[in-house]
Amino acid sequence: MEWETVIGLEVHAQLNTRSKIFSTSKTAYGAPPNTQANVVDAAFPGVLPVLNREAVRMAAQFGLAIGATVHRRSVFARKNYFYPDLPKGYQISQYEHPIVEHGHLAITTPAGEKVVGITRAHLEEDAGKSLHEDMNGFTGIDLNRAGTPLLEIVSEPDMRSAAEAVAYLKTLHTLVRYLDICDGNMQEGSFRCDANVSVRPMGQARLGTRAELKNINSFRFVERAIDYEVRRQIAVLSSGGQVRQETRLYDSARDETRSMRSKEEAHDYRYFPDPDLPALIVSEALMAEATLAMPELPDAKRRRFSAQYGLSAYDAGVLASSRELAQFYEDVVAAGAEPKLAANWVTGELAARLNADGLDIADTRVAAPALAGLLRRIADGTVSGKAAKDVFEAMWTGAGDADAVIDARGLRQVSDDAAIEEVVRQVIAANPKQLAQYRAGEEKVFTFFVGQTMKASRGKANPAKVNEILKRLLAP
Amino acid sequence: MTLTITKIAEDLAAGRCSSRELVDDALARIRAHASLNAFITVDEDAARRDAEAADRARHAGGAGALTGVPIAHKDIFCTMGVKTTCGSRMLADFVPPYDATVVRKMKAAGCVMVGKTNMDEFAMGSSNETSYFGPVRNPWDRDRVPGGSSGGSAAAVAARLVPAATGTDTGGSIRQPAALCGITGLKPSYGRVSRYGLIAFASSLDQAGPMAQTAEDCAHLLAAMAGFDEHDATALDVPVPDYVAGLGRDLKGLRIGVVAGHFAQGVEPLVAEAVREALREYERAGAVLVDVTLPNSAHAVPCYYVLAPAEASSNLARYDGVRYGFRAPEYQDLEDMYKKTRSQGFGPEVKRRIMMGTYALSAGYYDAYYVKALRLRRLIADDFARAFEHCDVIAGPVSPSTAFALGAKNTDPVSMYLNDIFTIPVNLAGLPAISLPAGFAGGLPVGLQLIGRYLDEARLLNVAHRFQQVTDWHTRVPAGF
Repeated sequence: MEWETVIGLEVHAQLNTRSKIFSTSKTAYGAPPNTQANVVDAAFPGVLPVLNREAVRMAAQFGLAIGATVHRRSVFARKNYFYPDLPKGYQISQYEHPIVEHGHLAITTPAGEKVVGITRAHLEEDAGKSLHEDMNGFTGIDLNRAGTPLLEIVSEPDMRSAAEAVAYLKTLHTLVRYLDICDGNMQEGSFRCDANVSVRPMGQARLGTRAELKNINSFRFVERAIDYEVRRQIAVLSSGGQVRQETRLYDSARDETRSMRSKEEAHDYRYFPDPDLPALIVSEALMAEATLAMPELPDAKRRRFSAQYGLSAYDAGVLASSRELAQFYEDVVAAGAEPKLAANWVTGELAARLNADGLDIADTRVAAPALAGLLRRIADGTVSGKAAKDVFEAMWTGAGDADAVIDARGLRQVSDDAAIEEVVRQVIAANPKQLAQYRAGEEKVFTFFVGQTMKASRGKANPAKVNEILKRLLAP
Repeated sequence: MTLTITKIAEDLAAGRCSSRELVDDALARIRAHASLNAFITVDEDAARRDAEAADRARHAGGAGALTGVPIAHKDIFCTMGVKTTCGSRMLADFVPPYDATVVRKMKAAGCVMVGKTNMDEFAMGSSNETSYFGPVRNPWDRDRVPGGSSGGSAAAVAARLVPAATGTDTGGSIRQPAALCGITGLKPSYGRVSRYGLIAFASSLDQAGPMAQTAEDCAHLLAAMAGFDEHDATALDVPVPDYVAGLGRDLKGLRIGVVAGHFAQGVEPLVAEAVREALREYERAGAVLVDVTLPNSAHAVPCYYVLAPAEASSNLARYDGVRYGFRAPEYQDLEDMYKKTRSQGFGPEVKRRIMMGTYALSAGYYDAYYVKALRLRRLIADDFARAFEHCDVIAGPVSPSTAFALGAKNTDPVSMYLNDIFTIPVNLAGLPAISLPAGFAGGLPVGLQLIGRYLDEARLLNVAHRFQQVTDWHTRVPAGF
């Protein structure tokens, strides 16, 4: 039987506000345990939550970016359960009335573009962490993360393969970083994903029973966990069994999913509206602020790059994949570089160098105006593309700007016809045998002459001119 | 310590006494009447130190209206560095690292705290008998309850141990003990006073307020307590009127709404008669009585006993033994630690309400109980809004009976709950109400309840104050005090 995979994703994106969603504690990652937890975060008797407006602005901005409804009125609810790293014994979340609903995200798959529905996105607080290492058999609780704002983004079950799920996640990841509402750091847990996975016989309308996969903290693991789970479910169904509705944990070390709890064991969270927080009213002023702060989004930027700079869809896509990279590219162009050449260099030489050094574009050692300076020298024929790579390397290690490096190393390209002709004549005179071969019709000997000429000019001769002059002088 | 704080403030200002003298007197009376069990914590050294600081501030010319006035706080308000138990074993040794906003504001107004008063555990009770620290005795009759949950504050003021105290009121916890102890207590509108640092029972109903000898004192105290607080999202950001300045208005033409049912079955005849007499007093002052109805208030008690426990079941989840407070000494694993900590740390009434609330919020019951109760709450509030189209205040008894005997109702929760039948609708509607002494029945105080429009505390205080200008019930002190 042929099976169809159905996937819906729940992403928890930590919003990068300075302070927590309901308290004034800082949210920075990696501080010593419990140094960023105040009485509100630790749920001392008598404390109350007060909503951070910045988190609301970010949620509204996300809603606008995915073409969703940003509800002017939404409601915080309590999700009740006991766990040591959940200080209040409930998580403040949104349940019946989320702030964002009915959005969508266009993703690019090998089969083309596809639109994935986003059911809702709601604000909630993160829990603390349980610590087991170095605790001498006890469990420690670190509340630094407790109260960090989260945007939970729930997709429709619109994805049909692990590859589509990854494409969706990557697109979403790019978007939240574009909006500067989440740093997207998956290792630190700033961008986490749960996957609802089911399979059904191809053509069947009704959805199969789903399993919820938890604890998937990289794009690679998302793909593997889903692939594993799909194989498992198909095996169960093919052998006449039934998939149980349950929560399963992905174990990346073993590359498998394991049952965590069944539907019967699921908590009754006893949601009810949080009486400590009035209904969340999103004012027109806040919406105006969010609209005003809206950056050009990845899709629009990609299309504009193609149209404005004549870039290939691929190059435009790569450059638009990060707001910082795109900005760098436009800075290079603004500083006078030819757009296509700039795209080649930013996605090629520069990207390779950053990658090799493990650096972000923000840490580039060749700034946009400096790179533009080099690209202008290529365009005006001062250096050859080949020599330019050496110049770039030198610039990267701090040898100064392009002109300084070119001069210091004598890399200035020779384009003067007379000078090149002089070199060419010497080369021809020194190689009578090859000249005879060429004139006898062995055209491949031409490249020999090009190589000799370039060598004689120590790489500085303008290759186009060398070709032209050689052709003229070699002719019988 | 029979002086009102209004008088005390005058004496302090005129240099006729010092805060240190007043505090010494209060401490001596608290010690002498320790058998009332009105206090859970008294820090004599700190109180004297603060009194001396108040006296120095006064000499330096930095005195406010209440500088040097001794007061007590209900042990539900967090006090930095001072044990705050909420009447529970769960918090028997809990020392908060911060002050409740009410505590901070009253400190800023110059009040000197002499101690923390006894209360029903987590404010759940109408008799002060659920306190882990034992019941408070009613100064009018030591074999009777003082009411609850702010029973310690009411008894302390009635016995003139302190001139005033704070209380909290979720379903009548300021007004009912004020009535049963013969003092004046005001429950402000929901949102008028910050709840930050007030240990939550039912967040949508809890409200802090003053308990004192007179409405005038309550006006001074409310002025110090009320106002916006950036730490409480439900605290209203609206101006606070000058409550003291508004006390003098006369009552000519005041329309007092009266609900016929409030004098019917279930109300002790002598209580009903005392309240009727109070209404006649108002008529003599120029007020007119208007019949009003509050039909849905008949369902207020069951409505309340769905909503309040539901919120409480969630609010009290934080007492898990992990971070502060009581933790069971022995346990096998995490789940066992939770179970033993909460089984041993909470008393029976608190457990009963956590269970009721958990049930009401459970999947499959939420709509039938919680959602239905919310709808009823809206109807109850609408009734009040309609009634206030025809009157300015609504008057009636605070409680259907006077103080009952210790132990009389604590085996029958429902009869205990019905004690709050007249106070609970007010909390559900978020309205302000004041309880003031209106006479005696069988030697025990009877309280008159005046309910006001939303945020109309100034009128309530004015209407209560005028009554106290022509009556002396509020000046009566129980024998032996």
